[in-house]
Amino acid sequence: MNTPIYLDYSATTPVDPRVVEKMVPYLYERFGNPASRSHGYGWEAEEAVELAREQVAQLVNADPKEIVWTSGATESDNLAITGAARFHQGKGKHLVTMTTEHKAVLDTMRNLEREGFVVTYLDPEPSGLLDPQKLAAAIRPGTVLASIMHVNNEIGVIQDIEAIGRICRERGVLFHVDAAQSTGKVLIDLDALPVDLMSFSAHKTYGPKGIGALYVRRRPRVRIEAQMHGGGHERGMRSGTLPTHQIVGMGEAFRLAREEMPADNERIRALRDKLLAGLGNMDETYINGDLQARVPHNLNISFNFVEGESLMMSMKGIAVSSGSACTSASLEPSYVLRALGRPDELAHSSIRLTVGRFTTEADIDATIELITRSVRKLRDLSPLWEMHLEGIDLSKVQWAAH
Amino acid sequence: MAYSEKVLDHYENPRNVGSFDKNDPSVGSGMVGAPACGDVMKLHIKVGNDGIIEEARFKTYGCGSAIASSSLVTEWLRGKTLEQALTIKNTDIAEELALPPVKIHCSVLAEDAIKAAISDYRAKQGGCP
Repeated sequence: MNTPIYLDYSATTPVDPRVVEKMVPYLYERFGNPASRSHGYGWEAEEAVELAREQVAQLVNADPKEIVWTSGATESDNLAITGAARFHQGKGKHLVTMTTEHKAVLDTMRNLEREGFVVTYLDPEPSGLLDPQKLAAAIRPGTVLASIMHVNNEIGVIQDIEAIGRICRERGVLFHVDAAQSTGKVLIDLDALPVDLMSFSAHKTYGPKGIGALYVRRRPRVRIEAQMHGGGHERGMRSGTLPTHQIVGMGEAFRLAREEMPADNERIRALRDKLLAGLGNMDETYINGDLQARVPHNLNISFNFVEGESLMMSMKGIAVSSGSACTSASLEPSYVLRALGRPDELAHSSIRLTVGRFTTEADIDATIELITRSVRKLRDLSPLWEMHLEGIDLSKVQWAAH
Repeated sequence: MAYSEKVLDHYENPRNVGSFDKNDPSVGSGMVGAPACGDVMKLHIKVGNDGIIEEARFKTYGCGSAIASSSLVTEWLRGKTLEQALTIKNTDIAEELALPPVKIHCSVLAEDAIKAAISDYRAKQGGCP
C-alpha cells in the first residue's frame, strides 16, 4: 500500500532527518543531566542546551536569557497566561483574548474564570482577523493581560501583533502571543515587536514533539508565577530536568527554519497556490479566512453540499483535517469557522490542507485529482446539491433539526 | 476512527442512489435532518398496487455512516409491506453496520426517513398519515 500523501503539516510535522541526527547522541553517549555541575557529563549536556537556547532565540531575535524551556506550546500558554494573571492579580483581574484562539489559551482562560478572573472574548472579522480597535475598546482599568495568537491553526491567518502589541503597551497591559503556528513561516523580531510573552512549539517546525519554549521579556522585565515547582530550573520559572535530546532537536529545527525560511516559503506558496487554483474553480467552494494575511502553507476550503468527514473517507490516500463535527469528539463543527460567521453547513463541509517542507508537486497534482473526483461523487449523492441545482434556496427550507 | 467493512462497502458502492417522480401517487418521499447538523437524508419509496414496496432510492448528505445507513435501508425496504417496513428499528441498522456509539444518530435518521416516506405515501393515498 502506498503511504498516504501528508497534507496536515499544521497538526504536526515530521522531524527533519538533519534534526534527528543531532538528537540521537544525547540519548546515550551524552546522556548527562544539564543541571549536574560536578562532572563532564553534565557540562556537555548544559553546553548543548545553551547552544539550542541561542538557536531558538536567534530565530525570533530575542536574548537567549529570555527563553524558558517547556514541554510544548500548550504548557507555554498555560505558564504565560496563568503565571502572569496570578502574579499581577493585585493590579486587576481582567483578561482579554479572542474566540478563535487555540484551546490551550481558551481553556486556560476558562480555568482562570473559575478563580475569579473576568475574561473578554473578542470576535474576529469575517476574514478571521482581529480589528485592533476592538481590543483597544475592551481594555479597562484592571486589565492585566491580553492573549492573541500570531497565526491561526485552522485558517492560517496572521494577526497584526505589532498593532495589537502597541495598544497593549500604551495601556500598560501585558501581551502574550501564541506563536506555535508561525515559527519558520513568518518573520518574528522580538527586539522590535511590543510582545511580552510568546509561546513556541518544536513539532510544528520539523522538531520533535514534547518540547517547546516560552519567551519572557527581560527589558522591561516581565514577571510570572511558576506553575511547576521543584528544582528551580529555568531561573525558577519552570522546574523539571531538561530533556537534552529534545532541546537539541528544537534548537537545530529552529536553526534550519531561520536558514531555509525564505526558500521554503516560496516553494510552499507555489504549491499551495496550485492547490487553490485546482480546487477553487469548482462550483460552490469557499475559502475560509483572509487569503492575503495568511501563511503560505494553509488552505482551508469548504465544498458546499458535501460533508467533510465523508469527503475525507473518500480520499484515503490523503491525510488532511476537517472542521466537520463528525471528526471531533464534541460533535460540534469548528468553533473557528463559526466565529467567522460561516454557516454551520459550511463548517461541516470544510477541509484544511496544510503544505510543508516535504510536499512535492506530484503530491499536489494527485490531491487535486482525488479531491475533485470525490467531491463530484459525493455531490451526486447529495440531496442538497440536487436541490441547489433545482434552484431551491436551502436557507428558506424548514429543516427538522435533530 | 475505523469503519466496519459493511459501512465501507455501502459507502464505496452505494445501492439505489437517486429519486422517483415526487408527484407520482405511488411514490412516498421523506426528507429528514438538517444541513446545519451535518446530515440530510432523502428517501423515496415506490409502492405497488398490492401495497408492497417495489423499490426505494436515496440521496444523503452526511458522514460515511449516514450514507451507509440510508443505502442499507433501501435494500431492506424492497419487497416489504408498509407495516413490515415500519418495524425496521434504528438498532437493527446500527447492529448490521456495526456503528460505534457516536454514529447511532445516523441510524436514527434512517429510521426517521422510512417513517417520513411512508407517511407521505399514505397522505397521498388520502388515508391518515
